[in-house]
Amino acid sequence: MHELGIATSILECVQAEAQRHPDGRITKVGVKIGELSGVDRDALRFGFEVLVKDTEWEALELDLEYVPRMQRCSKCCYEFRMNDFDPRCPLCGEFCTQCIGGGELDIAYMEVDG
Amino acid sequence: MKRIAIEEKVLNENQLLAEQLRKRYRQHGILCLNLISAPGSGKTALLEQTLERMDRGTRVAVLTGDLQTENDAKRLAKFGFPVKQITTGGTCHLDAKMIGKHLEDWKVEDLDLLIVENVGNLVCPSSYDLGEDAKIVLLSTTEGEDKPLKYPSVFFKSELLLLTKIDLLPYVPFEAELARENARRVHPGMEIIDVSSITGEGLDHWMNWLSRRLGKARAKLESVGT
Repeated sequence: MHELGIATSILECVQAEAQRHPDGRITKVGVKIGELSGVDRDALRFGFEVLVKDTEWEALELDLEYVPRMQRCSKCCYEFRMNDFDPRCPLCGEFCTQCIGGGELDIAYMEVDG
Repeated sequence: MKRIAIEEKVLNENQLLAEQLRKRYRQHGILCLNLISAPGSGKTALLEQTLERMDRGTRVAVLTGDLQTENDAKRLAKFGFPVKQITTGGTCHLDAKMIGKHLEDWKVEDLDLLIVENVGNLVCPSSYDLGEDAKIVLLSTTEGEDKPLKYPSVFFKSELLLLTKIDLLPYVPFEAELARENARRVHPGMEIIDVSSITGEGLDHWMNWLSRRLGKARAKLESVGT
């Protein structure tokens, strides 16, 4: 439900970056969406399409990269993707593991033509 | 074609505003809490009981968010603490800008505790930092035990889970232990307090949690001051 607002924030970042490239054109924006970000990718894509339709940004491509929740074992330092909310280290069985990824809601990159 | 690395938060603007608010709270030793739950989990009822029990020497203010109406602000204003309603129009969450705007005519530095009651929604409020010290999530016994698994983001980001309407346990098929287990699967070690705003059960425990956190916020200020 808040994805249209997120889409607007992404477009504002693109517009701000475009100021720095007066001779170029931004053709693509890459965004990382973490499992824990609370953002639905389909709704975001839909919101973005609605937002850029019939504007100068209509051709702007949105690349959404899903980032799963990653944990690091506090005992053996193994890093693993957390499945089914099971925090246990698959290598040594330790329960105490820390979340190290999955909260992302970040602009990763933009592509500029010209 | 040239690819430029950006590495910037999408909600950068909100984040910057939230950090400004956080800095301001810390400078004055203010504890700010962000209460999040689905509509009808009992945020306002809990706040009524909280304000009722609050030591009169504690300077508390409440910002309460809803899409429409001043109903919650009216309910909470009875306790003599400053309360302001934020009506979002249609927006499903509060953001840092709304908080900043509604604090404009309050002397924030004179507060000990600022409680923000977010719009009833378990999804969107979890994405927006309001500059709070802690998010608190409420889950009531009339909901499903699997809510933490269905909406992991907010349960992961919240420091405390308040299991509300605990007085209804004999009448509803809610398995409290399963709900606690689910919450701890998403957020290992999560602190959980069972409460009832009707019978008062668990409210002492909650008030103790609050006073401990108030003490911590103040202690931080003192250590900055010296």
